Amino acid sequence: MTSKLRWHEVVAAYVGIALLLIFILAPFVEAAKVSLSPMSHLLSSPYQLIPPEITFAAYADMWRSVPGLGRYIANSLIISGACTLITVLLAVPCGYALARLRFRGQGTWLMTMLGLNMFSGALLLIPLYRLLRQTGLLNTYAAMILPGAAFLIPTAIWLLQPFLKSIPHELEEAAAVDGASRVVILWRIVLPLSGPGLVVVAATSFIGAYAQQFLIALTFNSRDEIMPISIGLFQFFGRNEVLWNQLMAASLLSILPVVALFAVLQRRIVGGLTAGGVKG
Amino acid sequence: MARQRGILLFAYALMAPALIYLFVIIIYPLFDTIRLSFTDTSLRPVSHWVGLANFRALWNPEFGDVVLRTIVWTVASVALKLAVGLYGALLLNTRVPGRSLFRVLIMPPWIVPVAVGAFAWGWMYNGQFGMISGLLQRLGLSDGPIPFLGYPKLAFWSTIVTDVWVGTPLVILYLLAALQAIPDELHEAAWVDGAGRLQRLRHVTLPLMLPAIAGMGLLSGIFTLRSFDPIWILTSGGPNDATNTMIIDTYRIAFGRFHYGEGAARTVAICLMLGVLAAFYLRLVARAERRARTA
Repeated sequence: MTSKLRWHEVVAAYVGIALLLIFILAPFVEAAKVSLSPMSHLLSSPYQLIPPEITFAAYADMWRSVPGLGRYIANSLIISGACTLITVLLAVPCGYALARLRFRGQGTWLMTMLGLNMFSGALLLIPLYRLLRQTGLLNTYAAMILPGAAFLIPTAIWLLQPFLKSIPHELEEAAAVDGASRVVILWRIVLPLSGPGLVVVAATSFIGAYAQQFLIALTFNSRDEIMPISIGLFQFFGRNEVLWNQLMAASLLSILPVVALFAVLQRRIVGGLTAGGVKG
Repeated sequence: MARQRGILLFAYALMAPALIYLFVIIIYPLFDTIRLSFTDTSLRPVSHWVGLANFRALWNPEFGDVVLRTIVWTVASVALKLAVGLYGALLLNTRVPGRSLFRVLIMPPWIVPVAVGAFAWGWMYNGQFGMISGLLQRLGLSDGPIPFLGYPKLAFWSTIVTDVWVGTPLVILYLLAALQAIPDELHEAAWVDGAGRLQRLRHVTLPLMLPAIAGMGLLSGIFTLRSFDPIWILTSGGPNDATNTMIIDTYRIAFGRFHYGEGAARTVAICLMLGVLAAFYLRLVARAERRARTA
């Protein structure tokens, strides 16, 4: 904005931002509060915004109530890690071809990727379920990893575009003059220079994989030993009561990996999401 | 010529692994969905070609309600995402101290799995002990507990609010980027002409933002139309089908009752609606790409 803000405009902006942040962060603050409250306080009226008593008991008890908790979190990390690896391995060469080589049909393929991204996920569960059953992959890690990676690849290819396009063409040309083959150029020059892009794509893929596990595992897996945490959390829903404080404690623990990942890379991730994102 | 062909071969060699993978897991299943929609496939070992029977079965008031509900739910959710997103983008674009911190603090709903966020919302919507009902009672705005997920109308809007919460961060991020792309000179010119802050917003900022808002609305619509997790965790389509949108309805038929053929026909119906939105969106993107290339 051009003119300097006057003091009452600054105050108004802060009030507006505060309202927005309350909406965005209230579930997390409330979850933290619940995780630190004894059940007896939670299930009593009237409602209290500030807990009268704080205890970390839920964080200790949750491991006993749901013995598989640690394994569920490990499963989530395994599934998301594998999805990320496949996504990066397949999206990078494809993204490179679409960003830096000039050939007929390039634009069409990019649009196809965008289209595939729209028609994936929950829409494909029925045929994928049958495909996984026929191939004997139902109720395995692969059933949760293979579709998950496919759902992430189109977005990854689009996210890579601005990073790959920003590498100066002169570097490639110079290497070509020196007699380097295309594969060597890609491996020795382009890949090392697209480090920041790879990090952004790997991080967003991991976050995406972590999020989409719920639906995929709900549908393609019924084996408890390999369940991811988003389904595992349902075990806190007992027949007669919900262990809300432990559920919230476990939920907060389960989001730690993705929150930490974002905290470390936030500037790059936000930059990467907006660089190629605004279209139309 | 030989060079051209070399590039083409190299390009397809690089793309082949991803294209084959996507073909098996996305493209083939899409066509398989169409095929299944003409059959009575279920858990039984044999299935038959039934022609349009699955689609004809959808031609009834009950499914009409599902479609109408889906449209209202999606339009309401997208409109609110755009409104909150624009509100957030304008605020986070003002030059106030701490705005880079605020820009990070709006991201958590995008970072954490929807499923986990929805559990927290489920607690907040709880009638007896939840935060929203509790605060409303304390403030004297309600006489008794309000079970937000217990009444059809309330549950409908509660799932929308949670879906808006999930989608808002990316909308803010994209609209903020579009806002920052507006050249400062335009604002300055309007300012020199004596336009106030609100006038500049109405006559300079908003008209220039319109293409970005339209693009975001279409894109958001595509993903909101098939939004599954918040509804499934909060209400599973209830109470009394009040939140039974097309995607939830499809899931219940296919994986609750194992009628894959009927489920596939419903998926085709969703895809047709998505196709309309996608066609508009892809046209916008293609035009923007062309402009970027010629500019």
